[in-house]
Amino acid sequence: MDAALLLNQLFNGISVASIYLLAALGLALSFGLMRVINMAHGEMLMLGGYLAYLTLIWVPGAPGILLAIPVAFVGAAAMGALIQLSLIRRLMNRPLDTLLATWGVSLILQQAARDIFGAIGVEVRAPDWLNDSLQFGAVVIPSARLFIILVTILVLGALALLIRRTRIGLTVRAVNQDRMMAGATGIDAGRVDLVVFALGTGIAGLAGVVLALLGPVTPSVGQSYIVPAFLVVIMGGLGSVLGTTVAALLLGLFSALAQTVVDVSAAQMLLLLFVIIFIQVRPQGVISIRSRALDE
Amino acid sequence: MAFRFRQKFKRSSAVWTAAALLAISACSGGEESETAAISEDAVKVGILQSLTGTMAISEITVKNATELAIEQINDNGGVLGREIVAVVEDGASEPATFAQKAQKLIEDEEVATVFGGWTSASRKAMLPVFERTQNLLWYPVQFEGNECSPNIMYSGAQPNQQILPALGWAEEEGYESYFLVGSDYVFPRTANLILKKHLEDRGLELAGEAYVPLGGTDFSGVISRIRSADPDIIFNTLNGDSNVAFFKQMQAAGMPPSELPVMSFSIGEQEAQAMGTELVEGSYATWNYFQSMPDEANQSFVGAYQEAYGEDAAITDPMVHGYLNVYAWKAAVEKAGSFDPAEVREAARDLGGIPTPMGEVNFAPNGSLVQTAYVGKLGSDGQFEIVSDSGTPIDPQPYDPLAFPDQSCEV
Repeated sequence: MDAALLLNQLFNGISVASIYLLAALGLALSFGLMRVINMAHGEMLMLGGYLAYLTLIWVPGAPGILLAIPVAFVGAAAMGALIQLSLIRRLMNRPLDTLLATWGVSLILQQAARDIFGAIGVEVRAPDWLNDSLQFGAVVIPSARLFIILVTILVLGALALLIRRTRIGLTVRAVNQDRMMAGATGIDAGRVDLVVFALGTGIAGLAGVVLALLGPVTPSVGQSYIVPAFLVVIMGGLGSVLGTTVAALLLGLFSALAQTVVDVSAAQMLLLLFVIIFIQVRPQGVISIRSRALDE
Repeated sequence: MAFRFRQKFKRSSAVWTAAALLAISACSGGEESETAAISEDAVKVGILQSLTGTMAISEITVKNATELAIEQINDNGGVLGREIVAVVEDGASEPATFAQKAQKLIEDEEVATVFGGWTSASRKAMLPVFERTQNLLWYPVQFEGNECSPNIMYSGAQPNQQILPALGWAEEEGYESYFLVGSDYVFPRTANLILKKHLEDRGLELAGEAYVPLGGTDFSGVISRIRSADPDIIFNTLNGDSNVAFFKQMQAAGMPPSELPVMSFSIGEQEAQAMGTELVEGSYATWNYFQSMPDEANQSFVGAYQEAYGEDAAITDPMVHGYLNVYAWKAAVEKAGSFDPAEVREAARDLGGIPTPMGEVNFAPNGSLVQTAYVGKLGSDGQFEIVSDSGTPIDPQPYDPLAFPDQSCEV
């Protein structure tokens, strides 16, 4: 195996990890807080992709793609808030029903996209400065992938600031650690749930925009990312942003390095095996939050 | 995931129950089938394509072309004095549904023949139904060969009518090192197996081979491997949406088709236009038909189709095969003087040339079409410019002699 291939794949691993991370952050947040598995999470990616497509029709070129990021964030967050208010809140403490209901939402959203935009994907054309690639010796780095890594770092930084430094973050941490106790101190746990869920779906919408730079936006685009996102969440330890980040990096690098020796299909199989063995050894995930709640 | 599994399980058991019921009803009423399907003034045929699901985008246009042929034949007096009545069924992009609907068409609707199928999985699922009922399927899509049923008329290209002519062209152009990229299912795997045997046989270099799951969109690893293998040309058997991701990421990696040539086997006019021609402009494709063919027969077919289905409608190779299948069936029925599938099949294999939009073609004794292969280069208008052709029509070879030396097609 030559060194150039290995270096390229190391970069690709980080790039894939950043995509996994953007897709998984929202899932990790809502699962950590509400123990809710949102099967429609992938469709938030799809929604973000289509919002990017619409934004680019409205504002073509470079400003369009930058504008698409907040548009997709707000659009997907609004859709997430709607799902939370109309379904998930009403199915509190019924995880299996939530699973089924959100799966239903996922099917409805996919079919709606198919009816509105057609079964074949739409294309989001990256501006030229994102279509280039930078060359460092034998390592070639496509600008689009570099852009995605930057966006991921910014999102992670903003999220860390929000959770550690703001009052909203304080209430989120409080509810995460002990819902009943937080409620007793006057925190409106229902509102925290809503904010976190909308934030999570918003990040997924944003992920949809950057994904559109790499592939087509189709009604089923979310389905290809939902499984890796779940793997990242499971491996990361429930609800921990740091754990999710480490898990995304591990999985991204593992899958990229596996691809230097085997096909993509086989690499996916090895990835699943890796996760299974990992959670056998460390069932609590990379990082586990020990809470003082009695029911854990 | 457990839920999805159970759902599927339920559905398949429902299919079996339905199949059992159908089989019972078929046994009791089997004798009259010949008379019920064909009346004094009408004959029923089935059209079975995916009208919903992921394959719908490609298959609906084949259904349209098939219906257009039926309409034209009816306007000109029908077949043996009878009007053709088409019964359209939806295969829903699911092989199991294709099998179920084929059975429904043959045993409930008692159709004289069926036009349809697209994916190899759908064809393989329908095959036992057609063999058991001794009916006849007209299959319109290029495929991997390695199959030869007396109950299927294969009008799409066999490997030696699409893949090997493409290799021949590339060799003539001086390309020496080949990278094979494909979706991970039967067509690309078999096609590449045949390609590898022929690369070796001709002393050309296999630079590498990579498969991505159907619908996969991450090509970072594949592209790194292509970069370090540094091939002269890529042979691409990816299917569907994966193509968009592949061309997009190749472009972002600084290897657009103008830098590193790509020969695709599943990108026709419709796919190229849907993907955005900027992305695939300058790439190559090999088919037995291109919309840009100048012949008068093609011009009038394109005109008739666009009049019926919109003036921007793209015409592709499988659509033309769907269209010509109806005309071939008509000619065979008229030659046999009967709608009986066995007699129609015998007649079809010994028919001589039938005029089609892709010129005069005929079916070989093994039930596949004798046809010319063309290499096209995609222009910015979404049309292919024909850069080379095989000259003479190629006899179909269901079993490649290098890849499958012990098998032959005995019908």
